[in-house]
Amino acid sequence: MVSSASSSLPRRIALVDCNNFYASCERVFHPAWETRPVGVLSNNDGCLIARSNELKEAGIPMGAPYFKYRDQLKAMKAVIVSSNYTLYGDMSTRVMNTLSQFTPDMEVYSIDEAWLNLTGFDPATLDGYGRKIVMTAQQHTGIPVSMGIGPTKVLAKLANRICKKRKIPGNVFNIGGADSLDAVLASFEIGDIWGIGRRWAQSLNTQGIFTALQLRDADAQAMRDQYSVVMQRLIFELRGINCMEFEDIEPKKQIIASRSFGERVTDKESLLEAVTLHASRGGEKLRLQGSACGAMQIMIRTGEHNPREPYYSRSATVRFTVPTADTRRLIGAARAGVEKLYKAGPRYAKAGIALLDIAQADAVQDGLFDQGDSDRSAKLMQTIDSLNRANGRGTVFFAGQGVNQAWAMKRDRMTAAFTTRWAELPSVK
Amino acid sequence: MTMTPPTFPRFKTQAPRTRDGEGAARPGCGRVFELKHYRHRQQPDILRPADNPPPLALSYFSSPVPAGFPSPADDYIEGQLDLHEYLVHHPSATFYVRVTGESMNGAGIFPNDLLVVDRALEAQHGSIVIAVVDGDLTVKRLHRKGNAVELHSENPAFPAITFTGGMQLSVWGVVSGVVRKF
Repeated sequence: MVSSASSSLPRRIALVDCNNFYASCERVFHPAWETRPVGVLSNNDGCLIARSNELKEAGIPMGAPYFKYRDQLKAMKAVIVSSNYTLYGDMSTRVMNTLSQFTPDMEVYSIDEAWLNLTGFDPATLDGYGRKIVMTAQQHTGIPVSMGIGPTKVLAKLANRICKKRKIPGNVFNIGGADSLDAVLASFEIGDIWGIGRRWAQSLNTQGIFTALQLRDADAQAMRDQYSVVMQRLIFELRGINCMEFEDIEPKKQIIASRSFGERVTDKESLLEAVTLHASRGGEKLRLQGSACGAMQIMIRTGEHNPREPYYSRSATVRFTVPTADTRRLIGAARAGVEKLYKAGPRYAKAGIALLDIAQADAVQDGLFDQGDSDRSAKLMQTIDSLNRANGRGTVFFAGQGVNQAWAMKRDRMTAAFTTRWAELPSVK
Repeated sequence: MTMTPPTFPRFKTQAPRTRDGEGAARPGCGRVFELKHYRHRQQPDILRPADNPPPLALSYFSSPVPAGFPSPADDYIEGQLDLHEYLVHHPSATFYVRVTGESMNGAGIFPNDLLVVDRALEAQHGSIVIAVVDGDLTVKRLHRKGNAVELHSENPAFPAITFTGGMQLSVWGVVSGVVRKF
């Protein structure tokens, strides 16, 4: 058990995440939608990938096919829009940059989640400080966020869930130390624990483990043998022992590849090399999963909170007209991003990419994404691109995307690039 | 120990304030007094490097300096003027919007102007703000009269908007600049 003696500061990790992130982004620029349910569709499948609280409470599930629920959504007077990753990527960068002003030790986990290390802040005022962070993020960006604080990452995530479920005022829930959590853990289902998917949850249930408390008190070694080392780490973290790595549990529906440089870099070539590597790795992961991605966010930044250096953090989002797992396209997009973002002067500490809008690639497309065929694939892509350019989008597309999907309809539903294109700024009267 | 160009004698000065464009002390100003004081002393102090010096951001001098005396021309390091730096003080909280109406002509805000909107600023009486009225974004001047709040236009054709009863005023951001191209 972690002692609370003054010799070592109690570890406090905060997990900050945006509430209904995509829907919230849309609402910032359409204030009238604050009072209407909002749903966001994936480009490819016409499924709901984001729901505002009203849709969640109406029981419409994540990934619900749009056509199946269209009538119900119409009756609810819901606003349904296509995903606008250019906007979401930019808003995400703003939220993350705002959060980073409060602590030097911060890790962006996914497009809408970040870990903050709040160890060392006065415990008596920690909750208040957390509320200040949350309020500032909301005021500066318009995106509502929630914060869970705990001694380990798993407990911080747990606290974050409680915060949202119980609608804690101030949007911050501090679970406190690991010693006195029995009551809280007893009321928490294992399926809701970070890292426990449906299959593990079912398997644990058959062994009589239904709550986080029961999992915490299970035999860690036996669990490791039965499941994996990640399960063992989960159990230790529930006990207050910090051992989870970020890579152990991937964020849902996104692939993030980023790395801090050992030494600061200043030249563009190093950044290009780094993102090329990240893009290749991302492409491999995509193909392993049998997925393709519809958008990529590229990020470069300096080290945080160095008083000698101004903080420089920029990101750009590339939307692929055709969802891709082709490494050449991913690398091309990543490099184009760096070209656009690079500025001489700052000493960069980190570069990374995030693959967004991930959907199942069809069997038809597998052959094209085969690495050995990369030349033909590139030529094929070029032919398709030039045909579409000459004769209009959608002239030639992959059969796997669905013959009935009309590109025009998707364009109609997508909101504007409010923060990245001069021609698409919000209007004010 | 902090890094400094090796040809300078080490004086115990306070950390130089960095230029922030707001009339801060120029780096090097204090040194003239230190030199005069030094020359008038009967015996030189014995100076030692501090045990835990705070980090010191010193400008890099672009030309070589003869030992013992800086050239005044080198006290400043200047870069190109950057409009972004002039206009934007909280990048993560700054958005741009396009004006479409004439309600704020009297304030020098015209249709098609670009407004720099800073959400990090607190709206005060007299601020030009972007406000949400009936679900739409609008640019108006904020008026506070005790507990009452009003949004004023600067065009006689547009009446003021008062907030009474349960009506809520939502301020989207404070307008901190306007940009017009010809």
